[in-house]
Amino acid sequence: MDARLLLLADSRLPAGGHAHSGGLEPAVTAGAVTDVAGLADFLRGRLATSGLVAAALAAAACAHAHTGDQAWERLDAEADARTPSPAQRQASRAQGRSLLRAARTTWPHPALEALATAVREPHHPIVLGVSAAAGNGTPHQAATITAYGAITGPASAAVRLLGLDPLAVHRTLADLASGVDRIATEAAAAPDDWAALPAPSAPILDLYAELHMSADLRHFES
Amino acid sequence: MSRGYVARAAASVERDVGGRTRLTRLRSDGPLALRETAEALYLVGAAAGPLGGDDFELALEIGPDARLAIRSVATTLALPGDSESRMTVRATVAAGGHLDFAPEPTVAAAGCHHRSTAAIDLAEGATLRWYEELILGRHLELPGKHTSRFDVTRDGVPLLRHELRLDDPAVFGSRSVVGDAKAIGSVLLVAPDLSREPHTAEGLAVLPLAGSGVLIAAAAGNSAVLRRRLAQGEELAGSGTSLNAMNAGASSNSA
Repeated sequence: MDARLLLLADSRLPAGGHAHSGGLEPAVTAGAVTDVAGLADFLRGRLATSGLVAAALAAAACAHAHTGDQAWERLDAEADARTPSPAQRQASRAQGRSLLRAARTTWPHPALEALATAVREPHHPIVLGVSAAAGNGTPHQAATITAYGAITGPASAAVRLLGLDPLAVHRTLADLASGVDRIATEAAAAPDDWAALPAPSAPILDLYAELHMSADLRHFES
Repeated sequence: MSRGYVARAAASVERDVGGRTRLTRLRSDGPLALRETAEALYLVGAAAGPLGGDDFELALEIGPDARLAIRSVATTLALPGDSESRMTVRATVAAGGHLDFAPEPTVAAAGCHHRSTAAIDLAEGATLRWYEELILGRHLELPGKHTSRFDVTRDGVPLLRHELRLDDPAVFGSRSVVGDAKAIGSVLLVAPDLSREPHTAEGLAVLPLAGSGVLIAAAAGNSAVLRRRLAQGEELAGSGTSLNAMNAGASSNSA
């Protein structure tokens, strides 16, 4: 694997990812996740739903970046249509904006400029996919990085919020690794027709995202 | 090996010169029967099921300024069979047209393997109410596999693409997906003057979409509570709007 892609997958990339818990904080607030077993169950559902949606959008964006075509607003609209929660759309665009800024400096590429010109605050998975392309990655690699991030972000948030044993949490992530690979494969195998990209929903994550927006005290933005 | 029913039903409505909506096409097919009443066009289950292997499709066409309400007389019970059962609805709604689609709940019985698909193309200026309730298994029964996909475009732009994949209990039973809910439902409202405010309550989220629509999503331990939550969500999203008047007046016939 190209080391540029390792930089993209690294949580130390200064792209603001640490400020988002992927719905884990409201789940903790609701008492739904209290321990490592609960976290594993939460992550399994997240990976197969919003994780797959994001991975498929990232793979499509990566493939599209390699063609040099425009039409980024159309892919961005496909992300909107798969994100009914306004709070999740806002969080995705905020993360997209931060990553776009980091990526344009880190891996200058015409597709990143084209995306930035077409959409003011693109959705996060689209920026991830174009960044992967800028790092010479394949759509499958873009999907893997995205699916991986869909569980590692909430997992590290759980360590911080619940004081869980980091080794036990990493054991959980290792157990989910084959699931990440399966989701990435499904995402990368999705049809070229953007309309037909996967769209599995997670009603509880939607509800949590909205609850979190109206919460008085928040550690994470989402 | 037995083969399932293949049924293709269709209905088209147009607005006539007198301003009334008129059925211009009505096609029932085997177990997918349509009956016209004063209030709505009713889906009448002329056979049990769908059973595995059945492949049903309903095509609806709503002309400019015409209105169509779809209801059903009974719960749909998705039952097991040799292979997957399928129900597909395709609808186009022209400018000024309105579709109010609200059949009785679907019950995913033990062992079923059902796939439900709906694709709705709205013209700019068309409005929609799309109401769905899904019950996971009959009383004290674990459901079979039920997957659904709902695609709505408005003036060619995607408004909502929404799947509910209830095929792997380790995934859908996750506390981040549907948890231990036994009844799941949603209402999609599309109209120009809906509330842009999100709302949440126990088991209920009212979600204004990026385009001009609101998705009301609810989950509950039983169908009665689900229905109450969806009604509350509709009230929050569309109270006092043009859509309320539209649904109250929606009719499938010319009487």
